[in-house]
Amino acid sequence: MDRFVFLTVDGLSRGAVYAAFALALVLIWRAARVVNFAQGAMAVAAAYVAYTVSTATGSYWLGFVVAIVAGLLLGALVDRVVMRHVDHASPLNPVIVALGLVLLIQAVLGMVYGSEFRPAEAPFSRSALTVGGVAVLSPYDLFVFATIGVVVSGLAWMFARTPVGLRMRAAAFAPEVSRLLGVNVGGMLTLGWALASGVGALAAMLVLPTELGLHPHAMDLVFVSAFTAAVVGGLDSPPGAVVGGLVVGLLLSYVSGYAGSDLTPLAVLVLLLAVLLVRPGGLFAPVAARRV
Amino acid sequence: MTATDLLVVRGLVAGYGAAPVLRAIDLTVPAGTIAAVVGANGAGKTTLLRALSGMIRPAAGQVLLAGEDLRGTPVEQLVRRGMAHVPEGRGVISELTVDENLRLGGLWRRDRADAGRALDEVYQLFEPLARRRRHLGHQLSGGERQMLALGRALVGRPRLLLLDEPSLGLAPRVVARTMALLRQLRDRTGLTVLLVEQNVRSALAVADQGVVMSLGRVVIAAPAVQLRDDVDLRHAYLGF
Ligand SMILES: Nc1ncnc2c1ncn2[C@@H]1O[C@H](COP(=O)(O)OP(=O)(O)OP(=O)(O)O)[C@@H](O)[C@H]1O
Ligand SMILES: [Mg+2]
Repeated sequence: MDRFVFLTVDGLSRGAVYAAFALALVLIWRAARVVNFAQGAMAVAAAYVAYTVSTATGSYWLGFVVAIVAGLLLGALVDRVVMRHVDHASPLNPVIVALGLVLLIQAVLGMVYGSEFRPAEAPFSRSALTVGGVAVLSPYDLFVFATIGVVVSGLAWMFARTPVGLRMRAAAFAPEVSRLLGVNVGGMLTLGWALASGVGALAAMLVLPTELGLHPHAMDLVFVSAFTAAVVGGLDSPPGAVVGGLVVGLLLSYVSGYAGSDLTPLAVLVLLLAVLLVRPGGLFAPVAARRV
Repeated sequence: MTATDLLVVRGLVAGYGAAPVLRAIDLTVPAGTIAAVVGANGAGKTTLLRALSGMIRPAAGQVLLAGEDLRGTPVEQLVRRGMAHVPEGRGVISELTVDENLRLGGLWRRDRADAGRALDEVYQLFEPLARRRRHLGHQLSGGERQMLALGRALVGRPRLLLLDEPSLGLAPRVVARTMALLRQLRDRTGLTVLLVEQNVRSALAVADQGVVMSLGRVVIAAPAVQLRDDVDLRHAYLGF
């Protein structure tokens, strides 16, 4: 029982990170119809910037803020400098460009920082507090839940309630009509990339302290899990991404806890395949809303 | 050009690839009037509106809105110059609610108070929309979509309204009501309308000017009343 509670909490905590990362994928997918395979590498790059700032200044929090700002800027840059100029006529083109970007970013990071693991610092204790003799939550888990809760609800509020959120949704759904109504569609797209990449950087900052540390490939497996989460939820559905993230987090935690951690990558792939075969639109696919 | 001409088009050439669809269009629409553009399928009516609102880039020619050359103006700026384009099929965004679609029409405006007033006016004008504020675009009937697209354009208080086949697929009664509304807007607010229609009779009934297009050219532009009543003209250009 203790073990089950522990695995559940641990699964939800990783799941929250997958949820955020999957949400970032969904944001870009909805706005640009691109699965951003470079998101893991971009997030790691932002985390390296944070590492540099934190080691230079001795302040974790300064690094944390810088990581998010770097993520936002990197997202805008990738859109403006790279993706904007890719011919989207074939859906394969942006995918190939994104994979090229992964190689480029990882090569640059390897050159600048080397490829040994660097420690990723956690701002709070990672040892679980015990409630009634059962080890439950660590302060760090609480920090992860709170941060992601704030970011996800903030984004939901922005999209649903603010003028800029309305513009972003309109631009994603109907770019031509939106331009006729005065929406700067290109600007909204850049903003979408920036936000997604900022969320990705945040997710990397939250997950890296729970892994081996900082490394150019540190987010590869997280990316695969988050991609699965996004597919489980349906690439078009932000709430789906969040639920999908939690589901994948729980699944991986149970598999690694009860069956051995060697099996987790396999479990992710099996889940991905199963969803693609049974419900390719994802569990949250909207019911025939589009195509007029 | 006179001071009262809101839209002046000179030698406009535009199309989609190598071969132009529009071949040197000339057109003048005085402020506060309705011009009806009619013509067979494929004549280039939709292409004309798309070229005017910058959705396709003209290869040659000039478009003046209140004397200002629109060349090089990005599409999203045209609404700020007072031009509203309701596209063919009407362009209601199906994933957004009625209220969101309408608010989108006024988001670009600096004068937030007046944008709010314009929104209220549209809800008063189109009562069925007021009862369906939270419905999604794809849940509306064809007539309601048309109201929504027209209302959304009006929220921006345009000077010039480009309408592409607003009567498409609508019952005669709804068409008549739409035409009456256009006339009302012209008389009350001085709105200028460039109306593309298949429904020649009802379009000429409200229009001040009739423009007949064929194979990418304007073959005749004349007072609507003349096109309507002169049997020879009607036979020659409209085929009825
Ligand atoms: N997106 C496009 N790409 C290439 N050619 C096009 C495109 N849209 C229209 N055309 C061509 O341009 C010509 C004029 O089309 P347009 O849509 O302007 O006609 P229309 O007068 O609006 O016809 P309708 O009454 O059927 O709406 C047609 O020959 C059409 O095939
Ligand atoms: Mg047409």
